[in-house]
Amino acid sequence: MDVEKIRADFPILEKVTYLDSAATSQRPNQVIESISEFYRDKNTNVERGLYKLAEEATLAYSEVREKAARFVGAGKNEIIFTRNTTESLNLVMRGWGEKNVKKGDKIVTTILEHHSNFVPWQVLAKKRGASFGVVGIGGQCELDESDLEKKIKGANLVAVSAASNVAGTIPDVKKICRMAHEEGAICVVDAAQLVPSRPVDVKSIGCDFLTFSGHKMLGPFGAGVLYGKEGLLESMDPFMYGSEMIRSVNTESAEWNGLPHKFESGTPDVAAVIGFGAALDYLNSIGMENVQSYEEGLTSYLYERLDEVDGLEIIGPEKRAGLVAFTLGNAHPHDIAAMLDEDNIAVRSGHHCAMPLHEHLGIPASTRASIYIYNRKEEIDKLAESLEKVRKIFG
Amino acid sequence: MDIYQEFIIGLYKNPKNKGTIDNPDLRAQLYNKSCGDAITLFIKTENGEIKDAKFMGEGCAISMASSSLFTGYLKGKKVGDLEKITKDDALSLIKIDLSKNPSRMKCALLPLEALKKAIRPE
Repeated sequence: MDVEKIRADFPILEKVTYLDSAATSQRPNQVIESISEFYRDKNTNVERGLYKLAEEATLAYSEVREKAARFVGAGKNEIIFTRNTTESLNLVMRGWGEKNVKKGDKIVTTILEHHSNFVPWQVLAKKRGASFGVVGIGGQCELDESDLEKKIKGANLVAVSAASNVAGTIPDVKKICRMAHEEGAICVVDAAQLVPSRPVDVKSIGCDFLTFSGHKMLGPFGAGVLYGKEGLLESMDPFMYGSEMIRSVNTESAEWNGLPHKFESGTPDVAAVIGFGAALDYLNSIGMENVQSYEEGLTSYLYERLDEVDGLEIIGPEKRAGLVAFTLGNAHPHDIAAMLDEDNIAVRSGHHCAMPLHEHLGIPASTRASIYIYNRKEEIDKLAESLEKVRKIFG
Repeated sequence: MDIYQEFIIGLYKNPKNKGTIDNPDLRAQLYNKSCGDAITLFIKTENGEIKDAKFMGEGCAISMASSSLFTGYLKGKKVGDLEKITKDDALSLIKIDLSKNPSRMKCALLPLEALKKAIRPE
């Protein structure tokens, strides 16, 4: 993998040392161009018109679904386009959860979760009078195995992230799905931080649902994915009602369209999906194995360099996803991020939509540096040097 | 532009007017959970004037420096004039241009927000 060649496709990187890809990645010229090209030369609504241009747009849209399906080892009808991971998870909550979770049932998630994989389940449990179990973590932010075994007993729905967006923990989701299935529960995997970084195969994981966002993997905002097992999706009610999800309507009733259209009501963000297709092409041309090995190497370097900074405390394990969240002495995360910004380094500070985890760790907020395929060691050196300055000023 | 001028860092490390006031005439607590900033403002009045103002809290350098400066600014003000204090008044104390940093502007305005809450309790 030639990082310099990749960087040439991302002009924005000349302006900033971008270490916030866990929030959203940058997009290469190829993705940006595919969106312009769509609007310039191919723009029509999809799945509606019968003229040539409309058919072409429908085909292009449908091809991206096939690409996304191949990308994670799913069937074409098992890929639903949403806006983002949050919408995908809410779709499962509304479509499967509200239909199947009853009073006295049990929903289980973990303290590591992003709010998007926590709040929908908390709300569902309250609505239905189900219990809500939150699996705890050990000192390295690894899932507490014995707590997991205890809480998963009798569960109906288990929701877990494939990679924590704060601690970087990569839980063994394959094993958790197996455990969930032994209890007769379905398993929902939030893979927003994993799919961008390594080969993912839904059949091998064995999950019932898996969610991710195009914008964290070189795609535009507005195109996210829900994978669901075909049988489960078939059994679910629509999430939104209106156009496209309908087969026929009369004044008495309506009949739902088949998969995947049943869950894609309304005109979709076609251009975003087209751009997402270009992002998948870009990642495929590098190869996800190569993405993984490059990112793992750079993540180790990030961990080592930050670990050397006096007083800097890294949250989570050494083996991790491509991000490091930390605290630095008494320096407030806002001040750290703002001082790094003065050296033109972009990092995230705050609770990263993971307040239960921060509360558990006893800190209001943290600072997070995250990397992707276009980052290089020199940028991490720059970050470490800049953090040394912060430490001297606030230490 | 450098936000972290020496006097800001100085006030962060050695704040002024930090502490509590027993039986304050005005008091308000503000908590911004998203960034962890928390401030409690205490005001003692005498004959319609602010006799003493103090704050307690945790937060970033901007919010803490601003709290030090703002409590100092309040001393001697007439209670009736508190409502007239504007955002610009509060921002002028900190002497750095935050017009392009809306998120940090919130930090700087934290003590003013606390004052507003104190004089108009919900």
